[in-house]
Amino acid sequence: MADKKIFGVTALFNNPDAIISAANKVASSGYTKWDVNSPYPLHGIDKAMKMKPSKLGFVTMIFGLSGVVLALLLMWWTMSVDYPMIIGGKPFFSLPAFVPVTFEVTVIMATVSTVVAMFAFFFGLPRNAHALHDTDYMKKVSRDHYGIVIEADDPRFDERSTIEFLRSLNPLSTEIIYYPEKERYPIFEPRFITFLFGVAVVVSLGTYLMLNKLMYIQPFNWMDDQAKISPQSSSTFFADGRGMRLPVEGTVARGFIPYPFMGETNPKEVLSNPYFPTKANLELGQRKFLTYCSPCHGNYAEGNSRLAGQFPNPPTLHSDRARNFEDGMIYHIITNGQNAMPSYASQVTREERWAIVNYIRVLQRAKNATDSDLKFVKVE
Amino acid sequence: MNDGELTYHKKDLPSSISKIGMVLLAIGVILGVVAFFVDHSRAVFNYLIAFAFMISIGVGALFLIALEYVAGADWSVPIRRVVEFFAAIIPFLAILVIPLLFNMGELFHWSHTEAITQDKILQGKAPYLNVPFFIIRVFVLIGIWSLFYFFFVRNSKMQDSTKDQKLTKINIRLSAIFIPIFALSITISAVDWLMSIQPHWFSTIFGVYFFAGTVVAALAAVTLATVLLKENGYLHPAMTNDHLFSLGALLFAFVNFWGYIAFSQFLLMWYADLPEETSWFLQKWEGSWAIFSIGLIVIHFLVPYVTLLSQPAKMDPKKLKFISVWLLFAHLYDLFWLVMPGMKQLSGGYSFSWIDFVFPIAVVGIIILVFNMKAKKENLVPIGDPKLKRGLDFHL
Repeated sequence: MADKKIFGVTALFNNPDAIISAANKVASSGYTKWDVNSPYPLHGIDKAMKMKPSKLGFVTMIFGLSGVVLALLLMWWTMSVDYPMIIGGKPFFSLPAFVPVTFEVTVIMATVSTVVAMFAFFFGLPRNAHALHDTDYMKKVSRDHYGIVIEADDPRFDERSTIEFLRSLNPLSTEIIYYPEKERYPIFEPRFITFLFGVAVVVSLGTYLMLNKLMYIQPFNWMDDQAKISPQSSSTFFADGRGMRLPVEGTVARGFIPYPFMGETNPKEVLSNPYFPTKANLELGQRKFLTYCSPCHGNYAEGNSRLAGQFPNPPTLHSDRARNFEDGMIYHIITNGQNAMPSYASQVTREERWAIVNYIRVLQRAKNATDSDLKFVKVE
Repeated sequence: MNDGELTYHKKDLPSSISKIGMVLLAIGVILGVVAFFVDHSRAVFNYLIAFAFMISIGVGALFLIALEYVAGADWSVPIRRVVEFFAAIIPFLAILVIPLLFNMGELFHWSHTEAITQDKILQGKAPYLNVPFFIIRVFVLIGIWSLFYFFFVRNSKMQDSTKDQKLTKINIRLSAIFIPIFALSITISAVDWLMSIQPHWFSTIFGVYFFAGTVVAALAAVTLATVLLKENGYLHPAMTNDHLFSLGALLFAFVNFWGYIAFSQFLLMWYADLPEETSWFLQKWEGSWAIFSIGLIVIHFLVPYVTLLSQPAKMDPKKLKFISVWLLFAHLYDLFWLVMPGMKQLSGGYSFSWIDFVFPIAVVGIIILVFNMKAKKENLVPIGDPKLKRGLDFHL
């Protein structure tokens, strides 16, 4: 035993009050490298040990604050700079919407960093070869005793006087703890490692061959291969390499009526309106106008929708110019598009477009009603 | 713990306290009466704020008592009397509410029958928002609170002499019954007194919002009284600063809870952007109210959050005294922010008036007087409570 290195000396106590008063005395006697072990957290022990407040809180704070910054930077960059999108009509950088995410990121950064820092830096885990492992002392303080250990690294440590000092605290028992012998682990033997490596190679190779070669040997092909071309796939059969063919030039869909002025900004002549403004027609026009036109032009075609200011402002349809358009010209604009306005030919059918034209006429008439119109209303 | 040296001997509060209370109450009442003649409407609205503040302190304290029993908390036993003394204001609410009931027309747009006939929304709400049912609710709630207060305190007081452990058990059962009733009643109070000032607006989280503020205010009052009493040796001598830490931590928790609820209420309405919901917030952004709204975040959340964040701050008596006075003010400010923009003359922005400062003086006076009255009659420590020893042994 004599040639072993001393880790420290321990003293055991059997109740919390005894350990707290003992810890008090050890703390005031000037030892610095010592610790208390107990089966559960003892209230008031850190005060008795005269410990400085833990620095762990700073880790929590720093990581919490970096969580705030990171979350806000991430959302600012992705939502406001790199790929701005309008969500619910809110500004690109809208702080209230970002608060929940910021809060969550702050919490997760703070908590995870606290736990990791506690285990890694403050406890110094893992300590697989700590001298107190596998000692009687550790077994007892994990169950129903309380212990003090003074380590040999302490500058005031002296085998005899330290034990004397611990005995003066009236412990149940004292004990000297030695460092365990350095163990030799058979798993680090070169022969075993070579064997392990061999096994790894064989298993990997076997698995590779199994999954990539053996499994692909095809006893039956279950109609996997067929002489047909799948949709969207290429084919060497045709010169252009496409598997799917284009319709013959000049093919039109059923019911398709060509529009002769497509693509012209200022057509010299326009179509004339084939629909009467019947009640049904106007109602159809109103429905379609409110769906497709009002988001920009406004519900009453005054160009004052809530999008105003975010795009080139849509014009009012009550200007003299718009009122003097022929029906066919308005139809042309809807069909072909104009300036920032795209073509609506694919969303709105031909009949619906004419109905919208009729409805716009109604709005224009209502907006610029004359006295004679009022008389007409009164008669009705 | 050595029981020989550290036993509780009752020490009477100095007589100056009741004098201070009297003077404050007298100043408040005289100026308050003058205010009613100078600017009737403004005085009524300020009275409402003062009344809501007393609900906060009294009912909040009652909730804290129930919470201690239900949670089986030990640490708060040595200071439970302080909480009980604050709850003692509850029975007085039945008298203090009367001036408000006579001025309902001034406060509540919905109490005018001609207003209802022109207003479809108010017609829909009329089965709940009508004067008779309102008055019934007010008195039923005050009655229920008083009843629970009476039983809690009677059992607690009886224990001082009988040391009967069964009384604690009874109070635990009562608390378990009281807490859901409390949740409902505080919501109804918040809706009736505060939300219905702008009767078109509604918020389902509003009751929780008022509850959060209520508990902050009650805790702040308890903390302030506890620190002052402890410093001057009126409480049990074995009490340590670790008890203060628990109060500080609870305060911190409820400041955060308030912030969380206040923000939740705002975020959802801001996000949905529906006119019937945002109108309330937009109105609080009108003119100088915007400054008040920003101020609310700073006063009710940021300052207490930063002050109470660190562990030493939560048990530092000086900081606790400061922050509890601050939070009492903050709750008053919160109520002011909830109520005043609903006054027609102030809907465009705040204009200064001395009346706003009169009623809180009277409230402080009343609370001090009631507290002092109870403290004279009873022990400041529940000496018969079986959990007292464990409560005193509480360490961090």
